[in-house]
Amino acid sequence: MLRILQFLYRIRAFILFVFLEVAAVWMIVSNNSPQGAAFFNSSNSLVGYLLKQQADVVQFFSLAEANEALTNENAEALQKLLLLQAKPDSIALPLDSAFAATFELRGARVIGNSLRFSQNYLTLNKGSKDGIKAGMGIFNPEGLVGRVKSVSENYAVAFSLLNTGLMISSKIKSTDVYGSVRWDGKNSSEAKLLFVPRHVKTQEGDTIVTSGFNAVFPEGIQIGIISKVAPDEKDPNYLNLTVKLSTDFSKVSYVYVIENTQFEELDSLYRQSEISNEY
Amino acid sequence: MNIRNLISNILIILLLGIIQVFFLKNLALFGVAFVFVYLLVILMLPVSTRSVPLILIAFVLGFVIDLFYETIGMHTAAATFMAFFRSIWLRAISPTGGYMETENPSLSEMGIGWYLSYSIPLIFAFCIVFFTADQWGVGGFLEVLNKSFFSSIFTCLLIILVQLLFFKRRRGI
Repeated sequence: MLRILQFLYRIRAFILFVFLEVAAVWMIVSNNSPQGAAFFNSSNSLVGYLLKQQADVVQFFSLAEANEALTNENAEALQKLLLLQAKPDSIALPLDSAFAATFELRGARVIGNSLRFSQNYLTLNKGSKDGIKAGMGIFNPEGLVGRVKSVSENYAVAFSLLNTGLMISSKIKSTDVYGSVRWDGKNSSEAKLLFVPRHVKTQEGDTIVTSGFNAVFPEGIQIGIISKVAPDEKDPNYLNLTVKLSTDFSKVSYVYVIENTQFEELDSLYRQSEISNEY
Repeated sequence: MNIRNLISNILIILLLGIIQVFFLKNLALFGVAFVFVYLLVILMLPVSTRSVPLILIAFVLGFVIDLFYETIGMHTAAATFMAFFRSIWLRAISPTGGYMETENPSLSEMGIGWYLSYSIPLIFAFCIVFFTADQWGVGGFLEVLNKSFFSSIFTCLLIILVQLLFFKRRRGI
């Protein structure tokens, strides 16, 4: 018995090492599985605060650019609004539920971002206090950005589109052919459009937008344009489409967080009919 | 280790951590050469440090860096591995006659040749674990090797540079 204890004492460093390594691997796995609750991340208040201070300083230098983009977007929105303004009329038509607003938008600022790893995440400066919930979509005027992963009171952590775990239901705008956009972990300005059958006629320069099938994003948010068309070597039934992302992930600063107010109803319907839906 | 050394070591750890997290986080030369300058903390601890506290320090350090990187577990696993490997490696490359009790494995005390053979394998071990965890199920082994190779060279260069620029004065104290 004493021998065993002595032996264990002699290899105590190794035992500690194995124990801590297993703990670290457990953390990696639980952080990356969508079901596993992530306890430690940058939405924790001290880390969030420090990241915010850093973002305050860094983003000061790109304020002019951000301002210009916002002004352009404002002008576009105003123009659309002018077209929509109804003339006063004697007839009043009650709108049914098909016209009810299903999407709500909130503005937020990106305070933490990475783009060099194969699982990239964003940190936002809004949390559950501001009505952000896990599962909401994120985009900016350039295009799609990601999806909220978890929230704390003041901060939220989100999957960037540059995360190999995120699939976005999307379509080719001109032909309405559906597919899924997924990052392949290589270049931060390119992703792949999967599951497009080989018979589909498509060419470089076609625009890819969200399909609106997934209950997270409305239809028509831009994702990118096709930059390369090739047959898939592994599976001859599909095309290998490379998409040039329209969002510049190295410069993402102000974003919109979008909530589908009917998400729960749709989600429970899917669950009831036992369909697993991608996002 | 007297109190003065302790305080200066803690200050260096804090400083390196801050630099790593706020300035070097999104830096990657040509998309492959990352820099992990905070590994200098694990490299610079005295030779006489026992493995158990060393591993614990590396674990906590990696965890704090992970919180900011949003890569929970990856830095932790890699830094712990590197700390465990360090004591074995130190024994393997010990000069004839062994180390002196008060010796620090630093550039100015040990010379450039010894320091390179000490730091490069350790940093490479860190990089291999880190990028394997990062590329798990995504890229191939070649990608891991590619990134590890360039990252360890870049990191090592920066660590030597930091020591040349800032550590010389400490000898005078």
